[in-house]
Amino acid sequence: MFDDLSRYLSSTSNQELVLTQLLQHIYLSLLPLVIGLALAIPLGWLAHRYRAASGVVFGVSNAVYTVPSLALFVVIPVVLGTQILDSLNVVVALTIYTTALLVRPVCDALDAVPFHVVAAATAMGYRPVRRFVTVELPLSVPVLSAGVRVASVSNISLVSVGALIGTGGLGVLFTSGFQISYTAPIIVGIVLTLVLALVVDLILVGLRRALTPWLRAGGTT
Amino acid sequence: MIEFQAVTKRFDDGTTAVDNLDMVVEAGTITVFVGPSGCGKTTSLRMVNRMIEPTSGTVLVDGEDIRKSNPALLRRRIGYVIQQAGLFPHRTVLDNVATVPLLSGWTRRKARARAAELLETVGLDAAMGKRYPSQLSGGQQQRVGVARALAADPPVLLMDEPFSAVDPVVREGLQDELLRLQADLDKTIVFVTHDIDEAVRIGEKVAVFRKGGVLAQYAAPAELLSNPADDFVSSFVGKDRGYRGLSFLQADGIQLGGVSTMGLHGEHLSGERPSTVGGPDWTLVLDDDGRPRGWLPPGVVIQGEPAEEDLRPGGSLYTEGTALRGALDAALSSPSGLGVVVDDAGRYTGVVTAQQVIDLIEERRKDAA
Ligand SMILES: Nc1ncnc2c1ncn2[C@@H]1O[C@H](COP(=O)(O)OP(=O)(O)OP(=O)(O)O)[C@@H](O)[C@H]1O
Ligand SMILES: [Mg+2]
Repeated sequence: MFDDLSRYLSSTSNQELVLTQLLQHIYLSLLPLVIGLALAIPLGWLAHRYRAASGVVFGVSNAVYTVPSLALFVVIPVVLGTQILDSLNVVVALTIYTTALLVRPVCDALDAVPFHVVAAATAMGYRPVRRFVTVELPLSVPVLSAGVRVASVSNISLVSVGALIGTGGLGVLFTSGFQISYTAPIIVGIVLTLVLALVVDLILVGLRRALTPWLRAGGTT
Repeated sequence: MIEFQAVTKRFDDGTTAVDNLDMVVEAGTITVFVGPSGCGKTTSLRMVNRMIEPTSGTVLVDGEDIRKSNPALLRRRIGYVIQQAGLFPHRTVLDNVATVPLLSGWTRRKARARAAELLETVGLDAAMGKRYPSQLSGGQQQRVGVARALAADPPVLLMDEPFSAVDPVVREGLQDELLRLQADLDKTIVFVTHDIDEAVRIGEKVAVFRKGGVLAQYAAPAELLSNPADDFVSSFVGKDRGYRGLSFLQADGIQLGGVSTMGLHGEHLSGERPSTVGGPDWTLVLDDDGRPRGWLPPGVVIQGEPAEEDLRPGGSLYTEGTALRGALDAALSSPSGLGVVVDDAGRYTGVVTAQQVIDLIEERRKDAA
């Protein structure tokens, strides 16, 4: 098996293929993470701020999340009028998933910001938008980051499914491997997917630490 | 100056939190809102900075209807301190204090310099500026809360039970600190508490609220204690209001007694005894400026100068012209049972007994009846 692997990886064209698909995989999983987070923040805020809205927002996001990913990959081109193989389909589909997945963590994270701190900010003379960006959002990072980590892993694994409809990513190594009953690309694909998920997770943890210096201050209260 | 004109607040669920409030909070005074839980103190306070809008009526700050001001801009001119301090946990102490100056468009450098200055004003070490709020004690957090409220030098300060989350000893320190600050700053302060002791201790005027948001009495503390407007106020100010009332009775009319005294060098100053032999009574030892240093117990024989270990530390001193409560405290805390009375410069002028204070109270009570 190791012979197979080394033979597979020694070919320049295979190396190029793996690298291209890895970069494609990163792009296809992380771009939706960023856009999805950006969409989930206002929606989560809506659910946090207006209890009446929260029922609708959570209902829709739960429903969306139960739609099978493959079905979504197939339906989106019809809705958007894109080519079936367009990688935009994967970006849109995963953005929808990420948004649906993160709405609740965003809402929970905002709920967890102490009420009296927000009230104090208002009393200091903050206007709502600035208060949200400079007080509520930073304070919601500890709770929110857990949700973002789940979403990143979820995205990285879902991108592989996109390969079934030929949109690229490390999943391509699986499909091509199966087609020719050759395990080397499959193993390379699995290992790289795992490593990618791990590295992204480590980066997210580092980011959270950088954004929450006060949590490491070792408080007395 | 803050003026409430026929202010009523009814919440959506029908609760009347404040009922037709008419009152004037004088500029440059500490006015305390006191009353049982749920009587509308916080609601009244928050109508001043538009955190809550009145259902009807008008609130004026310095003669201007606050509805004419933009809420955010109005709030930057009104300091606000709450019970849990409400500090921003994600910002350093220094940046917490710099909040309002930064909002008002100061440069970061100038705002931080101002913040550092304020930390000192409220008695905190400048080095604490680098810490996060979770690294401070409760009392220190409250000080930071006060510093933050003062940062942009607002003429009005609203304080909602600012010291109620800290233990009684720390609280008393914070109250003293506030009184000291106010002597310099001369702000218009509205202070909410449900502790009547705190109210009469720091308030120049006290507004007592009853359930349903009705103002029951608005008066100076002495007036409130000696002349409660009705049964509610009298039961709210409590059974021990006699003792609290001492804070406002003057001691004029008390005949100061004398006691034998001696100087630090053993010289005989007064009284019927030679300086080297302890007499049958307590002897008060004074320093060269005539300030009390301690008591020499009866029967103690000393040669020459009284040594430090011969002296019993005195109790609290009573300064002439201050409230009678201090005279009683001095008498009760003195080892000789004689309260030491001093003048403004701290020089001994005489002694007073607890009995004299009590007699005076009885006398005043008869006069009042
Ligand atoms: N947002 C609100 N909606 C409905 N009722 C409210 C609201 N805020 C306060 N109340 C009611 O208004 C009344 C006055 O409340 P407020 O907070 O002013 O009392 P308080 O005197 O500050 O009490 P405490 O000493 O407990 O802080 C209470 O009966 C309270 O339940
Ligand atoms: Mg209150």
